Amino acid sequence: MSTKHSIAAEKFNQDSGRVTRHDQTFWSVRSKRDGLAYQLEEWEQLRESANLIKKHTITHLADYLEQFETNARKNGVHVHWAKDADEYNDIVMQIMREHNVKKVVKSKSMLTEECHLNDNLIRHGIDVVETDLGERILQLMEIPPSHIVMPAIHVTREEVAACFREKGIIEKHGAHAAEGLLKEGEDWRTSSDPTYLTRAARYHLRDNFMEADCGMTGGNFGIAETGDIVVCTNEGNADMSTSIPKLHIVSIGLEKIIPNYKAMGVFQRLLARHGTGQATTVYTSHFRKPRPGAEMHIILVDNGRSSILGNIEHWQTLKCMRCGACMNTCPVYRRSGGYSYTYFIPGPIGVNLGMLKDKDANYHNCSACSLCMSCDNVCPVKVDLSTQIYKWRQELDSMGHADPMKKMMSAGMQTLFEHPSLYTTALKFAPLANHVPAFMTNIKANAWCYGHTMPEFAKESFHTLWKKGKVK
Amino acid sequence: MKIGLFVPCYVDALYPEVGVAAYKLLCSLGLDVEYPEKQTCCGQPMGNAGFQNKAEKLVENYDELFRGYDYVVAPSASCASYVRFFHEGIVKHECEAAKRTMDLVEFLHDVVKPTSLKARFPHKVSLHNSCHGVRELGLSSPSERNVPRFNKIKDLLQLVEGITVMEPERPDECCGFGGMFSVEEPAVSTRMGKDKLRRHIATGAEYITGPDSSCLMHLQGIARKNGEPIKFIHVAQILAAGL
Ligand code: SF4
Repeated sequence: MSTKHSIAAEKFNQDSGRVTRHDQTFWSVRSKRDGLAYQLEEWEQLRESANLIKKHTITHLADYLEQFETNARKNGVHVHWAKDADEYNDIVMQIMREHNVKKVVKSKSMLTEECHLNDNLIRHGIDVVETDLGERILQLMEIPPSHIVMPAIHVTREEVAACFREKGIIEKHGAHAAEGLLKEGEDWRTSSDPTYLTRAARYHLRDNFMEADCGMTGGNFGIAETGDIVVCTNEGNADMSTSIPKLHIVSIGLEKIIPNYKAMGVFQRLLARHGTGQATTVYTSHFRKPRPGAEMHIILVDNGRSSILGNIEHWQTLKCMRCGACMNTCPVYRRSGGYSYTYFIPGPIGVNLGMLKDKDANYHNCSACSLCMSCDNVCPVKVDLSTQIYKWRQELDSMGHADPMKKMMSAGMQTLFEHPSLYTTALKFAPLANHVPAFMTNIKANAWCYGHTMPEFAKESFHTLWKKGKVK
Repeated sequence: MKIGLFVPCYVDALYPEVGVAAYKLLCSLGLDVEYPEKQTCCGQPMGNAGFQNKAEKLVENYDELFRGYDYVVAPSASCASYVRFFHEGIVKHECEAAKRTMDLVEFLHDVVKPTSLKARFPHKVSLHNSCHGVRELGLSSPSERNVPRFNKIKDLLQLVEGITVMEPERPDECCGFGGMFSVEEPAVSTRMGKDKLRRHIATGAEYITGPDSSCLMHLQGIARKNGEPIKFIHVAQILAAGL
């Protein structure tokens, strides 16, 4: 029985060149991260501090959440609590109705993805425009993100150009965007020059910023001590989204709260270094209170987080700050792509969060790990990702999702390994056939032979050699 | 010092010469080595597949069998690592033997600390740093971390006369074996193996060597399938060359 991940991954691997590009793209981000890591003498101390601060905050979360709420209210911000995605969507809709919102500009937020906000807004007749360039491309192409930090990295510039043409962006902004940019003879109607396309997107987004009557952002951090929201972007789109409309709605998961700015200093130094290999994001925007004449709302979303907090084996996933580094380093993610996972967050953290969200739908991703433990060593907050995946695997059988082939093999091995005399007999007969001995004959030969020749059995095992006195 | 030699199941069946080399090497360093015959497997294949509960009895047997030794030494990094870091969790009590189980390389490097070896191996080798060796046992510094650089395997190999030790680009990226991973995710596993193999070959080495025959078995299977002539040899065999 193959998992959905392994089937999708095999398909992804049919285009070897694509695998190479995907692998190299993310390996280069990992390498940039390493380069920055080696430059900071206090690197490992920073990771340990981040780990400890997160552990502390998460185990005192109720207190910090209340402190955050109190301070945010003092700043004149409306604070809402949503226990799940439905409640969250209802709150958003209620605020929008009160303000008669017709159009929303959004900066990147995985939480809104998690709660399917966009679909909900559209259902209620509200126009929603993603303003992070990658997210906007995906929105126009109507495809989901394949990575949490670089969501559209798998899309080629030619595909972007085709999409912009189809959506009328080139026709409207192309000529203006091309001014002084394209080489002689290059036609703006067909060009896929990345700078040109970005400029066209910028003009297109600018129109949307001007027309919107609500700006929505996520938040990388909520500071309990001050009630501030901190948003890290590279495009400044969070600032644009909140500077023009008179209504700003922030959506954050409960786990995003940290105690104070001292803690913030630790995370800020780690986030971009891990995520994109930059010393810092281009913009680190702090939101404390509404602009004069404007309104600011913060929605604190649980959606399963408090039950994770009560999960003794897996609560440390709540430390995650969604930097994406575990994906970039994961040799399986790099060679299977973001769409091979059944959960919208791929890679090691996605395997774990998917299981916490819905085991039956997402157990398929548990096979996507060779247990190399690179993710554990990369993670800025030391989430024990591979240990957790190992633990999930131990639970699959009782959930009724164990692979029957693996179960049979494991049971066969159990019998043999518990009975040394049986084991030695099995070995004795192995070399005769010179292929798999009894305890390995259940290996799905086809799967192994997909990429390997069969291992050859020794004429005499070490056991036999030892018995015959040949080990000297 | 009394040493119990642990020759894990697949080394026993497929690579007995690795067990022989480990035995000879340990004896040549003046150690008292025994091979308790009733040994089988470390339990890792079941654990990684999600059935560590099926390894309970085996773990108890292991502890009983090896309890009396000062050290248990295995020429297989991931097996030694599994014993040391997982056995107690499987049976939920302390395991004397597991605590004192070491991979051959770390045992030599950290406990025996030889300053010279009799071995001679006038060849160019590419060193395969296995994941569990790097990230669990600490045989070398993980590339993800900002810690002082070291490599215990390389240190030992450099005591061998005539050897040239190379490392591939991305020196500790996973080769894609991962036990049952290789049969459950054959496409990704094979692709990882091919990439790894290519980087080893690019060093110009005649041999790929490492402390873990399971990775070597995986890479060798892929090399043969693709007609690559590069040779494979376990670190123990190099350190024992000429004994
Ligand atoms: S688990 Fe760690 S490495 Fe992965 S996204 Fe979260 S913080 Fe980053």
